[in-house]
Amino acid sequence: MSDQITIGVLALQGDYDAHRQTLSLLGVRSVLVRKPEELDDIDGLVIPGGESSTFLKFLDREGFLAKLRDFVSQKPAFGTCAGAILLAKEVRNPTQESLGILDIAIQRNAYGRQIDSSIMTGPTKLDGPPLEMVFIRAPRIERTGAGVEVLAEREQHPVLVRQGKILAATFHPELSSDTRVHELFVNMVREQEKPRVQVTR
Amino acid sequence: MSDMNGNGLRLKTGLAEMLKGGVIMDVTTAAQAEIAQRAGAAAVMALERVPAQIRAEGGVARMAKIAVIREIMKVVDIPVMAKCRIGHFTEAQVLQELGVDYIDESEVLTPADEAHHVDKHAFKVPFVCGARDLGEALRRIAEGAAMIRTKGEAGTGDVVHAVKHMRQIVKDIRGLTVLGEEELYAAAKELRAPYELVRMVAKSGKLPVPNFSAGGIATPADAALVRQLGAEAVFVGSGIFMSDSINFAPAKEAEIRARAIVRATTHFDDPKVLLETSEDCTGAMKGLAVAALSEADMLQKRGW
Repeated sequence: MSDQITIGVLALQGDYDAHRQTLSLLGVRSVLVRKPEELDDIDGLVIPGGESSTFLKFLDREGFLAKLRDFVSQKPAFGTCAGAILLAKEVRNPTQESLGILDIAIQRNAYGRQIDSSIMTGPTKLDGPPLEMVFIRAPRIERTGAGVEVLAEREQHPVLVRQGKILAATFHPELSSDTRVHELFVNMVREQEKPRVQVTR
Repeated sequence: MSDMNGNGLRLKTGLAEMLKGGVIMDVTTAAQAEIAQRAGAAAVMALERVPAQIRAEGGVARMAKIAVIREIMKVVDIPVMAKCRIGHFTEAQVLQELGVDYIDESEVLTPADEAHHVDKHAFKVPFVCGARDLGEALRRIAEGAAMIRTKGEAGTGDVVHAVKHMRQIVKDIRGLTVLGEEELYAAAKELRAPYELVRMVAKSGKLPVPNFSAGGIATPADAALVRQLGAEAVFVGSGIFMSDSINFAPAKEAEIRARAIVRATTHFDDPKVLLETSEDCTGAMKGLAVAALSEADMLQKRGW
């Protein structure tokens, strides 16, 4: 098929395995990304959950952060939990470096420690029934810019947001059997790829 | 009410998923915890003494002082784990109340029960337990462990038994996958593990919870070795902050080791990076050869 896309999953540390399994359920080819040059061959990037401070240690080397900034300014990216933190314009508790592509302010570990982690079900703007949302030591989105569409909320705070070709969740769709959030991202990548395919043919 | 095998377990294994590809480092002070976080640790294990010190000093090893754990929780943003004694469910209750993110029911501490491990289903906080083979791993999972790590031989800086246990677990799993349905009952009996879990492993070819490695990992190459053998993340105990069984390594050296081990754990299958990380490390803890230890001195024999 000409619309065969490849999605990269950033695998510096975190739940990259879970994301790959969900993508594989959807029949989408995925590869693990551990080095900056591996960004060259993918159509979209998933930034998984994990520890954002650990991710930054790796991004500090070999111009990885600059290359990743460049990537997310051109191609679709989807961050969950730590991934959402990495995409955000502003990170609180503590302040830390990020890609700054998604116009939100996000607070790390905003709901407490692991014993405060929870699974909730709530309405979303996605088609279909309410969505199960797995929150693990989750961050909280405290401000969204004008261009950011809120697709789901928890206690009046956005938990699933989209701005152009950037998608972010403070929960972990990759830990649920409901694949709708990943489907949305896969469609965003396909949309993005369409014009390019036409130009090159 | 609590749902042992549904949402509760998913939240518990969920945090373990987040730690994959990472390094969990033993720390005894807030200053060490800060070094660990700065070096890129995915989590820290808050202890009063690291295994090498426990081994050298002897005496009864218990849950760490609360003040020590609390201070470490205060200074880092990454998850904080703490150890309780095998079977000591009250220590576990105290640690849950304190709010640690994971409890290690650990053979490194002196066991509090000669027959029973903690009923980990009764807790909201997730547990990690050590194992030397698949049967032991599945018994711990049956009790509610949400993560398994190899036992290895803690506090030695000798990776030989982490390797042995990881190979054993992987071999045991592989063995199950080729058995016929009717053979699984006998396999469960031999493994001394619940049939349902044995069947699950036979079908999926992996443990139902994340499988990490611990026990004697001291260098970047050690970390990469257990990763290549199948460990999804690595615990490093005494190997980062100790220069031998009694003395701490200089902070600067510890940080260099910590950074190198973090990098080697992620790029475990890239010899070029492993060369760089090995070159970065100017030293490793002196260590203690496991082959020279008497049976009675082996921490891995604790637990059943």
